[in-house]
Amino acid sequence: MGASLELKLTLARWLGRLSRVRGGGATTAPGKLLMRLQPRAIEELGARLSRGSVLISATNGKTTTAAMFAGILAETGVSVVHNQAGANMAGGIASTLLAAARPKDAIAGEIGLFEVDEFWLERIAAELHPRAILLNNLFRDQLDRYGELETIADRWALSVQSGPARDARLVLNADDPLIADLGRARADASSADAPLYFGVEDPSLAQAGMAHAADAKHCRNCGAPYVFEHVFLGHLGHYYCPNCGQRRPTPLVSASEVTLEGVRSARFMLRTPSGERPVSLALPGLYNVYNALAAAALATALEIPLADIVAGLQGTEAAFGRAETVTLADRPMQILLIKNPAGANEVLRTLALEAGEHDLLGVLNDNTADGRDVSWIWDADFELLADRVRRVTCSGTRAADLAVRLKYAGVESSRIHVDMNLKKALSSAAADIAPGSGAPLYALPTYTAMLSLRELLVARGEARSAWS
Amino acid sequence: MPSQARKLRVCALYPDLMNIYADRGNLIVLERRCAWRGIGFQLNVCGMGEQLDSDGSDLFYLGGGQDRDQLLCAADLVSFKRAALHRAADRGAVVLGVCGGYQLLGHSYVVGEQEITGVGLVDVHTVRAAAPRLIGNIAIEVQLEQQSPPRVLAGFENHGGRTHLGAHAEPLGRVLKGHGNDGTSGYEGVRRANVIGTYLHGPLLPKNAWFADWLIAAALGVQPRDLGELPDDELESQAHASALRAAGM
Repeated sequence: MGASLELKLTLARWLGRLSRVRGGGATTAPGKLLMRLQPRAIEELGARLSRGSVLISATNGKTTTAAMFAGILAETGVSVVHNQAGANMAGGIASTLLAAARPKDAIAGEIGLFEVDEFWLERIAAELHPRAILLNNLFRDQLDRYGELETIADRWALSVQSGPARDARLVLNADDPLIADLGRARADASSADAPLYFGVEDPSLAQAGMAHAADAKHCRNCGAPYVFEHVFLGHLGHYYCPNCGQRRPTPLVSASEVTLEGVRSARFMLRTPSGERPVSLALPGLYNVYNALAAAALATALEIPLADIVAGLQGTEAAFGRAETVTLADRPMQILLIKNPAGANEVLRTLALEAGEHDLLGVLNDNTADGRDVSWIWDADFELLADRVRRVTCSGTRAADLAVRLKYAGVESSRIHVDMNLKKALSSAAADIAPGSGAPLYALPTYTAMLSLRELLVARGEARSAWS
Repeated sequence: MPSQARKLRVCALYPDLMNIYADRGNLIVLERRCAWRGIGFQLNVCGMGEQLDSDGSDLFYLGGGQDRDQLLCAADLVSFKRAALHRAADRGAVVLGVCGGYQLLGHSYVVGEQEITGVGLVDVHTVRAAAPRLIGNIAIEVQLEQQSPPRVLAGFENHGGRTHLGAHAEPLGRVLKGHGNDGTSGYEGVRRANVIGTYLHGPLLPKNAWFADWLIAAALGVQPRDLGELPDDELESQAHASALRAAGM
């Protein structure tokens, strides 16, 4: 095709709008069309960003970490092109770039900030030649879609050693052995190019033992089992290999004195090479402390001042569907996305910090974006809440599977209600409230269930549109 | 009922390594369904380098693992546990291999140049195909008792290996929806008396409570009807129906 890029951009925008009207994917359709017209569109549009791009990937926390980093950038006054709706494969990233593209080879932003799906990292890095790549964690996720964890770790290792990501500065979670090991091949790099590690330095958070779903048991270097001195979350913690001596790198950016304040907030002391500052997050749980540390480490790699980092982190509110609170008729409802065992366990642990019996609305879908395989609910520790459930309403395409999981976790069946119809499930869950309690309803949806729930809330006038 | 005297002893093989698809769900279901009937439950664990007591359990469970872990377990199974598993199967104990565990119950698993030796409890061999993994919801028809009508198992499969039945092997069931052993034969799993292998992976028992009861009965050496129905199996029935729907039934 001989048409100019400008013409193709216009065409893709126009056709994308048309497909949205016809009910197509709202956030990926224009980008997909653009890539059909111009296969290297991401590379060509990305090259317009004067300060380059940074990529963020992980199993859990991509959207929240990117939102935190965007908050930090906002403090510095640098303008950003960011796929904030969470569409993190090539189509979504191309759509984001297309929306920001301006005539005469311009683009509305200085730096690109993209969360990237685990299996698209190679491809996106090859096109965007990122300055820095932040890798936060690898947990077992949607195995029907992603293959096994080691496969992803192997692909990433290849990509950062000799592949398209070899020139990017790596920002790595020291506490996740699968992630930290990615820096091994770069250990001899000069200090400016050496991987920047972040991690938690607070032994008081350690759990009694490895969770049963712990995923990184064997040294990536020699295959011997790791020894964990502390486990903080899933397989994140302080570890070493007794055979080859491989051990957790010492983090340059760390969190200590961590205080978890139920489902509302968390506090910690952030330490960076330029000093330490207390940080109060408006987001709950240790998992969000890790997200904040990751964003702070990426900002440190980009030499952003500590004051901006702290201000950006403290100003970050819940990302779409991640610990977001809305008000139903007369009670608050907090939406806590659950999509895999590690993430769900952190949500359940966080809920267990709240006193009393809880009202829950669990929504389990098995659409492609959720993973068609719902086996994972048996790796999530619903037992943590078993004797703390006043009423649980189960909905979604696999409502009954979730109900059975809760029953076998120890919730009495009389407290379990099943309704596959989400609208009806939401109404009945909201209406059943302990008299005079004003108790919150905790919604635990999978990804597509969260989108449906948001749509219903928007229709009821109780939440802003996701895409506003 | 003399149920107080009964106890189901289950041995989980490598529960930390062979647990990729939440296999512990199966153990939880066996435990609860015994407890609700007043049947005792004892969980034994047998890990790397440990000898297996062939008389110490009534049901031996081997789940699925990541490739690396499965390789480690295969070598250990053959070195330390093969003879005991054969003795257990010969005296009628239940051996259930799921996904990777199913592959290891057979003669061998060939991955490229490498041949992994299995324990040879059933006459099957598996080859990793240079073709896409077989992934999706699956429903199979099984007839576990000659005199009773066929029943359906529903679940999810995700395997790169294609498993081929030997001349003396009987499949566990017939594929109604999904891929099964090799994607072409129409057969799923393997069964030799109380030794069962299947690609319906991870927590298949929560979706098939009737099969959990069949396993409990077989392991205790009684008829499933002698266990008695549980009064409140409504959610379990719904979950079975939901898995069938997902498979397109």
